[in-house]
Amino acid sequence: METGFWSAYAWPGIVILAQCLLVLVLLLVALAFLLYMDRKVWAAVQLRRGPNVVGPFGLLQSFADFLKFVFKEIIVPAGADKTVFFLAPLMSFVLAAIAWAVIPFADGWVISDLNVGILYIFAVSSLEVYGVIMGGWASNSKYPFLGGLRSAAQMISYEVSIGLIIVGVLISTGSLNLTEIVRAQDGAYGFLSWYWLPHLPMVPLFFISALAETNRPPFDLPEAESELVAGYQVEYSSTPYLLFMIGEYLAIVLMCALVTILFFGGWLSPVPGLPDGVFWFVAKVTLVFFLFAMVKAIVPRFRYDQLMRLGWKVFLPMSLGWVVIASMLAHYGVPGYARW
Amino acid sequence: MAVATLAFYLFACTAVAAGALVVLSRNPVHSVLWLILAFFSSAGLFVLMGAEFVAMLLVIVYVGAVAVLFLFVVMMLDVDFAELKAGMAEHLPVGLLIGVVLLTQLALALGGWAFSDAAPALREAPAEAVGQVHNARALGRLIYDDYVFLFQAAGLILLVAMVGAIVLTLRHREGIKRQDVLKQIHRERHEAVELLDVKPGQGI
Repeated sequence: METGFWSAYAWPGIVILAQCLLVLVLLLVALAFLLYMDRKVWAAVQLRRGPNVVGPFGLLQSFADFLKFVFKEIIVPAGADKTVFFLAPLMSFVLAAIAWAVIPFADGWVISDLNVGILYIFAVSSLEVYGVIMGGWASNSKYPFLGGLRSAAQMISYEVSIGLIIVGVLISTGSLNLTEIVRAQDGAYGFLSWYWLPHLPMVPLFFISALAETNRPPFDLPEAESELVAGYQVEYSSTPYLLFMIGEYLAIVLMCALVTILFFGGWLSPVPGLPDGVFWFVAKVTLVFFLFAMVKAIVPRFRYDQLMRLGWKVFLPMSLGWVVIASMLAHYGVPGYARW
Repeated sequence: MAVATLAFYLFACTAVAAGALVVLSRNPVHSVLWLILAFFSSAGLFVLMGAEFVAMLLVIVYVGAVAVLFLFVVMMLDVDFAELKAGMAEHLPVGLLIGVVLLTQLALALGGWAFSDAAPALREAPAEAVGQVHNARALGRLIYDDYVFLFQAAGLILLVAMVGAIVLTLRHREGIKRQDVLKQIHRERHEAVELLDVKPGQGI
């Protein structure tokens, strides 16, 4: 009985816990340097130096920021709904973190190899809107509320087109499992076998929808600092704010990972002869993140009605049309479209 | 499996408690948040039954979209809670009466209900056994191969309902400035800006 309990529940439990902790810690450390990279890229575009004081080349800037946030005072507005006010940043962080459970970093390097992995990611990322709405409402203040309302409409609108674009990839793969999606892109032609080639029209669409879904500039209307001060984050300070920010960046990196897995072959090497591995995954995610940073630096912010029009009147018909076209191409066996 | 049983009771109790709190909480926004928790626990129950596809759909559709719209509307309501409480005491007897009547009717109707002997066989027939085929695949085969016309009819009914809702609420009001995007895009610089040489001491 004693050994049965140990081998059946306790030991697997400890292993799962250790895996989760490992992924979470590595992610957060990687995030610190990605944040640094984000700011450096932004600074380089604007001909500034960017963070360069803390540590060599300012590499430790994110850690200094982290300490600064943790040691600040938590301020709760007088009219705030306290429970929901603190629940919002927690939700935003936890949801962004748990989505990583199904991301395959390399062949077999995944915490939970779910059969419905892509749906799980889609479900979790559609929940991320709650952190923003709850934060905006619970602050009991004008600007956060407006930010919350905006984000509710914005994130729902772009989820629709993201979902339809994913459907196109699923039709090609015939599986909802993320590992299977990457394996389906393993071919004799290296990077030409990946899905970006057959699904070329959807790559920019997915990239832009991912920007909008994660409230990233030029679609950062929920926190537009020129009109809403900082939107739903106005009343937050100290650790709750830090949680919002980490959650937001985790979601952004998750979207980068998703672009990599869906269209750019995950851990597969671009040249047929070279070995596959986690190195390629990290390199590709970093490259996509670099594009995110460049977009933030270069493109001016959209107006809210333009954002809605783009989502519903341009992206939705295009992605819906592509689902039909991709199904037809797959049905008639055009090479590269049906890989099941 | 002790863990599965434990998880079942956890999800089931959470679902029931959250459902009760949806009705009981004073603040409508809290009600919606409890409703979301109830949806979530139901999704957990689906996962325990091995129907993870349905569970994910429940989260995506109900929690990710429907409940967000609920929250969207409820957040903007300006509800006076004191007035709400005063009205509560007044209407409670009537509400209770309706509830009791409804419950009795349901008990009468469902009390005499029994499963037909053929029911288990019927239920087994359409879908392949869980474990042999992944449930997303089994569902897809049912919906898109066996019952495709019924599925399409359901979709058509939803489409008609959607169009109907839009037609009912859409009004084109006169005398309102509207944006014409194409016109805005095609506007040239010389149509919008004129460079004037203003002499000193004179206005335009």
